[in-house]
Amino acid sequence: MSDVQYQSRRDWLLTDAPQTRRQARLGAIYQGWLTFRANKLAMFGLVILILLIVMAIFAPLLAPYSPFSQDLTNRLQPPGAANWLGTDHLGRDIMSRLIHGSRITLFIVGTVALIAPIIGLFVGTVAGFAGGWVDQVLMRITDIFLAFPKLILALAFVAALGAGIGNAVLALAITAWPPYARLARAETLTIRNADFIAAARLQGAGPMRLLIGHIWPLCISSLIVRVALDMAGIILSAAGLGFLGLGAQPPMPEWGAMISDGRTYILDFWWVAAMPGLAIFIVSLAFNLLGDGLRDVLDPKGAKE
Amino acid sequence: MLTVTDLNVWFGYPPDRVDAVKAASFTVAQGESFGLVGESGSGKSTILRAITGLIDTWSGQIEVAGQAVAGRKRDRAFHKTVQMVFQDPYASLHPRHSVDRVLSETLKLQGMDDIDGRISRLLNDVGLGKGFRFRYPHQLSGGQRQRVAIARALAAEPKLLLLDEPTSALDVSVQAEILNLLTDLRAEHGLTYVMVSHDLAVVGHMCDRLAVMRGGRIEEIMTVDQLRHAGATQDYTRHLIAASAGYERS
Amino acid sequence: MTTALLSVQNLRVTFPTRQGAFQAVRGVSFDLGRERLGVVGESGSGKSMTGRAILGLVRPPGRVTADRLTLGDQSILNLPERQMRAIRGNRISMVMQDPKFSLNPVMRIGDQIIEAYRLHAGGGRDAARQKALDMLRAVQIRDPERVMGAYPHEVSGGMGQRIMIAMMLAPDPEILIADEPTSALDVSVRTEVLNIMDGLVRDRGMGLIFISHDLNLVAQFCDRVLIMYAGRVVETLAAKDLHNARHPYTQGLLNSLPRLDHPVERLAVLQRQDSWRDVPLQTDLPGGL
Repeated sequence: MSDVQYQSRRDWLLTDAPQTRRQARLGAIYQGWLTFRANKLAMFGLVILILLIVMAIFAPLLAPYSPFSQDLTNRLQPPGAANWLGTDHLGRDIMSRLIHGSRITLFIVGTVALIAPIIGLFVGTVAGFAGGWVDQVLMRITDIFLAFPKLILALAFVAALGAGIGNAVLALAITAWPPYARLARAETLTIRNADFIAAARLQGAGPMRLLIGHIWPLCISSLIVRVALDMAGIILSAAGLGFLGLGAQPPMPEWGAMISDGRTYILDFWWVAAMPGLAIFIVSLAFNLLGDGLRDVLDPKGAKE
Repeated sequence: MLTVTDLNVWFGYPPDRVDAVKAASFTVAQGESFGLVGESGSGKSTILRAITGLIDTWSGQIEVAGQAVAGRKRDRAFHKTVQMVFQDPYASLHPRHSVDRVLSETLKLQGMDDIDGRISRLLNDVGLGKGFRFRYPHQLSGGQRQRVAIARALAAEPKLLLLDEPTSALDVSVQAEILNLLTDLRAEHGLTYVMVSHDLAVVGHMCDRLAVMRGGRIEEIMTVDQLRHAGATQDYTRHLIAASAGYERS
Repeated sequence: MTTALLSVQNLRVTFPTRQGAFQAVRGVSFDLGRERLGVVGESGSGKSMTGRAILGLVRPPGRVTADRLTLGDQSILNLPERQMRAIRGNRISMVMQDPKFSLNPVMRIGDQIIEAYRLHAGGGRDAARQKALDMLRAVQIRDPERVMGAYPHEVSGGMGQRIMIAMMLAPDPEILIADEPTSALDVSVRTEVLNIMDGLVRDRGMGLIFISHDLNLVAQFCDRVLIMYAGRVVETLAAKDLHNARHPYTQGLLNSLPRLDHPVERLAVLQRQDSWRDVPLQTDLPGGL
């Protein structure tokens, strides 16, 4: 179907003259992948996150014990051959709980990462694009949300809605969107007066088409970068809620709640709190590294130096 | 084709109100090529933006093909009659839309059928082969981008093309190619041009008549013949012509 | 031409890319005396990169190599940044295309000139202030006191460019590199700015490298012209002989310009040839290359 012969699949992807829509799109993705791959640390972050996802999917197969089975004779054992990461105050295997806990972490992170930027994108772009009183109203609402410390606001929501993992996620998402709205609005303001928007207007494109087809694609990339960088914060906030007993309820192996459980024994049995802490640290770091790499790919002007 | 009477355009509100265009009047006949010349800030591009409705703070009368337009709203018939090519081909193409996407969206908006066939024809018209159809702007040179922008403007099969400094961001050799393309397209499609430029030589090459603008006012309207043969009546025009001739060592 | 102020031999600027090394400048050689040397070419011809390479402004991963790059008797090829900074401004100055990007937007113009002057020449604040006022007067700014107190956004483009020139000339450099100094200006302002530069260069006996895409302007303003194509100098000409250029690229560039005094139906379009990339055509010039 193509009249040009390519040396290899790589050449086919990197060609400057794609023959089909599919080739063009795949080529653009491959270019991005090459840029991303050049960032060693970002690749490292990506590998960790893939491992985390694999771990979450195969948790029942990977975990040596049940995360809930208690063995009071075997409580607070240090890391060793039987329990690689030790046991907690109820004799539960910490590694098994961490492995199962990765599912909860991913659920929280995934849901918040889906809800918050979408609300933010919608509010921010509509405000920036419409201008006038719509902008005023939407941005003042955003300001109100921004006026409260995030965790306090989340606490208030959870307290009103009731403790539990679902409500915790909801509270985090509701408190996380305002920065995205601001970002999306700022981006929209710079794009709004660009010539290509004027050109589309002259073709008779309506505001909805401009917003969704022209402005969103340009805002989304910087939002994705921002979300990836914020992920660490979201994990920590979720852990914070868990730590305060307002997130996942016992006996769910949520990492923050696990630290909270280990808090009492922190001086004599450090591993009970340290192991979930380490897990949170590694995953947060991985998300940060990934975010850096994504910035190289999606937002070339902000990258380097 | 186009009649502009007593056009005033302003930005902002008193006391910061800036009058960008003051009492500008001119007419452009069907099939004519009309130039608007002036230095930066003279209001020449602003006139185009008022005609297309990209600016709504104007007063006076604008009539396109016998139809008066008002404010910012333009109907579909207007978009089918009038199209515009922007100055900077690096800013006038969406960075994440391929040529194919740009043209097919435009054609759909104009309610055209046979989109595949039309895209091939448009690309041929502007001297780009079908090999360019699926490229993204970053895979195109400045001249190629401007060709895509011209193809987009032609997609609606307009009668009147507004050209806002279409070659000032390009190298001179590429400028020659684009100007030739515009000349050919006008002959083929019987287009009417209104071309804004700061370059008298470019306007002299492309246009039949021109208006010289300064500080928002039209200083004088004359034919290109007058421009060439020292027929300028205003001092400012003469000064402009002398300055564009190049640098004379004092 | 007597002694060369600046001597460049086989200058190359290389950037690593995914497809291998890309040479933006491929073996440029010239000597600059007390003259106005024009460097002309289209975008991507390497003309600006040549100017930046001389000043040591090519950012890594770009690499500059040359057989010789000497300012007077001193080699300035890849000098450490500290020494380069002493040369930049003191002995070689540069004027960029758009003054908006070269002036600090949150600092008064007077303070910027004074600071630039004291950085290079030292001396007290009052002396520097006097010098700054003199410089502004030298670039024909009528009301220097007022301009000294203004912020960059409060002056027009032509005025900004004149201020840049004043700033760059304050330390009395031997060489001025002007990279498209008038492209952002209107034609009527352009003449003024060029006049000022011309006068200063003549009075002070500076060497001027004038980088531009505008062949006609360069021919009228400069003494000698280098025409660059794809990172190489394809032709060197005395400015007055420009219209007898021999290289097909130079001729093509000249023919592609619309002209008021020579109306044509269609403009000549430049047909690029691959051979231009590799076979430079040198025109013999007395005292030239």
